[in-house]
Amino acid sequence: MAAASQRDEWSALSDILAIGAAGFLTILGLILAVAGEDRAMAFHGCLLFAASGLALIYMLTQFVEKREPADTSGYADGVIRAGVIATIIWGLVGFTVGDIIAWQLAFPALNFDLPWTNFGRLRPVHTSAVIFAFGGNALIATSFYVVQRTCRARLAGKWSPWFVFWGYQLFIVLAATGYVLGVTQSKEYAEPEWYVDLWLTIVWVVYFFVFVGTVAKRKDPHVYVANWFYLAFIVTIALLHIVNNVAVPVSLLGTKSYIAYSGVQDAMTQWWYGHNAVGFFLTAGFLGMMYYFVPKRAERPVYSYRLSIVHFWSLIFIYIWAGPHHLHYTALPDWAQTLGMTFSIILWMPSWGGMINGLMTLSGAWDKLRTDPVIRMLIVAVAFYGMSTFEGPLMAIRSVNSLSHYTDWTIGHVHSGALGWVAFITFGALYCLVPWLWHRKALYSQRLVEWHFWIATLGIVLYITSMWVSGILQGLMWRAYDQLGFLEYSFVETVEAMHPFYVIRAIGGLLFLVGALLMAYNFWRTIRGDEPVDATDQPSVAAAPEFRPGEYTAPAE
Amino acid sequence: MSWEKHDILERSPMLMFIGVLIVVSIGGLIEIAPLFWLRSTIEKVEGMRPYAPLELAGRNIYIREGCYLCHSQMIRSLRDEVERYGHYSLAAESMYDHPFQWGSKRTGPDVARVGGKYSDEWHRVHMIDPRAVVPESVMPGYPFLAERKLDYKNIEAQLKTNVSIGVPYTDEMVENAKADLETQAGKNTADLEAFLARYPKAQARNFDGNPDEITELDALIAYLQMLGTLVDFASFDESGPNLR
Repeated sequence: MAAASQRDEWSALSDILAIGAAGFLTILGLILAVAGEDRAMAFHGCLLFAASGLALIYMLTQFVEKREPADTSGYADGVIRAGVIATIIWGLVGFTVGDIIAWQLAFPALNFDLPWTNFGRLRPVHTSAVIFAFGGNALIATSFYVVQRTCRARLAGKWSPWFVFWGYQLFIVLAATGYVLGVTQSKEYAEPEWYVDLWLTIVWVVYFFVFVGTVAKRKDPHVYVANWFYLAFIVTIALLHIVNNVAVPVSLLGTKSYIAYSGVQDAMTQWWYGHNAVGFFLTAGFLGMMYYFVPKRAERPVYSYRLSIVHFWSLIFIYIWAGPHHLHYTALPDWAQTLGMTFSIILWMPSWGGMINGLMTLSGAWDKLRTDPVIRMLIVAVAFYGMSTFEGPLMAIRSVNSLSHYTDWTIGHVHSGALGWVAFITFGALYCLVPWLWHRKALYSQRLVEWHFWIATLGIVLYITSMWVSGILQGLMWRAYDQLGFLEYSFVETVEAMHPFYVIRAIGGLLFLVGALLMAYNFWRTIRGDEPVDATDQPSVAAAPEFRPGEYTAPAE
Repeated sequence: MSWEKHDILERSPMLMFIGVLIVVSIGGLIEIAPLFWLRSTIEKVEGMRPYAPLELAGRNIYIREGCYLCHSQMIRSLRDEVERYGHYSLAAESMYDHPFQWGSKRTGPDVARVGGKYSDEWHRVHMIDPRAVVPESVMPGYPFLAERKLDYKNIEAQLKTNVSIGVPYTDEMVENAKADLETQAGKNTADLEAFLARYPKAQARNFDGNPDEITELDALIAYLQMLGTLVDFASFDESGPNLR
């Protein structure tokens, strides 16, 4: 009895804290909406007011009606289902905007000469939508799923997981609408202004506590390897985000701020952040995903426990040094460039350690590549990870970089990682998760997964090959000399030469988007509960656990 | 090595958290922190000054429109770049840039030394319709800049914020921010001498061909026309010794 009443007191305290916070934010939103010095700030004040006002009303109704608390003995899957849906929607948004700006580069009339539709404002919408909205939601949702299953504990916190979800969506909306309205810090992948950065910091700290709080409640003394990667991702992203975004706002009621660092120090800090956004957001986090979903789907244990230890610690130690390879031959001191290049090359080894551990998990089950398109997606993702992390160290070598830097080769490299690795491992995880979370016997259609896989793969191939050609071509044209020793090409001649490759790239992007639309349709039918058209072709692991024959326990857990 | 030792970390999320924090801090500390105190990081050169208010306003428009996504401001020390764009960029040339605008992609050419390369009229036409002057260009048009009045009511606060993060604007510069902005845009010529004394080498005139208003285009062209013009490379000795 005493324990129960203590639990009630804790629950009441968390209700009061949550309602108090929502009330405070509602008032803050109202103040910014009324007193905001520029229209963007007033608009964002309205958004904050509306979002926290709705949260406040919802919580008050729960409180006043004294709703019986929902069953809190099992796993908290509601917030994960919401995260999966958000991942799909933001993915479609991010891919669409990406393809629009790809067409803009081929046909500049598509900029429409309007402030809100020009390439310069839409490009951050694309990058933030795919990295933070699509990738971020995928990471948060899968980390919540994986940490509960591998720790056999319910998510910590009553309101906190939902705060993380909705707070993160608000961050995305504030950032994206800000870009369209011209609110940006101009630091790549860290464009949101100071107040949006503060908001993300709050959301991220709560995310950290929910994750660690769940790990603390675990029933097994060991913390599973996937959680190491998720933990490193959450901790390091917090560190990077806070250090890189130190800024002084011009006014507390305005959007504009000035970054505390300048010139060369700012460049180094930014690319320390920028490259580790790749290293910890797009790599460590998604390796966490790999370490759960690949063994789970293949029904095989992780290939090597020792390799996972070695590559975990070496990866996170070495990645953080790699930033200066974005600044070769610039005004950054040579010693820093050399360090960056050296560690980037060393980074090849731990990266391939992860790749080998993922690929070899399929040992004894290679036939599944032929029969299960979901496993194929997961494994091709790991293969792209290997290719990308080979190409990266190559491009970090100074003499290679002198050619590749500032060209489309970099864009192609990023997309072989982003489309091939990040998006494919996410698609694979989502194809696993949707039937499991919505308690379905199988996906609606495995044939559609096949179509998705091949259309998207073709899109990626078109994308990266066209960018290789255009990047290397442009780099060579910039440095070409005629027989009299003059530069052979004017800049604009090199722009003209890019046109066919920009068209091919945009077609590749369109194919990738079409694949994602097929996935969204497949999920919609699955979630709606439609009878699967080819359930017998699907492996038993495709079904939610309660529909699987026999007493099966996954080796990964 | 005994792999069982790692078990300690696997059983304690707190130890693992501390371990991760230590391991990921080392690289950043060694690469970033020295840049703030090694004097050789930014070699001293003659001619650098903070942005004049109109140039700063123009720079903020450059940032707002995302120009840095296609134009770099960093000429690398490579033969073809130096021949195409001019002297390689010095660290000192971006020492007042909060944040830096070095860029990472050249869909368009580098603009670190674009100042004085084209006429104001060329910039005006180019911004309104890039393909009117460069038929093969893929740059978006920015006709709205010429139509929008520049909002500079808080320019004094903008300068003050820069002071708080180390940009050496004097009290006099902050007090005269608004007047200096109007002077540079060709609005009043009475304080021209005092303005030029505060901001040597600044160019003051009506930039966008519309003398009636100070537009966003005025500010942007003023910024573009000063890029790379401050350091006098005739007197710059790249062999040093010029440590601060």
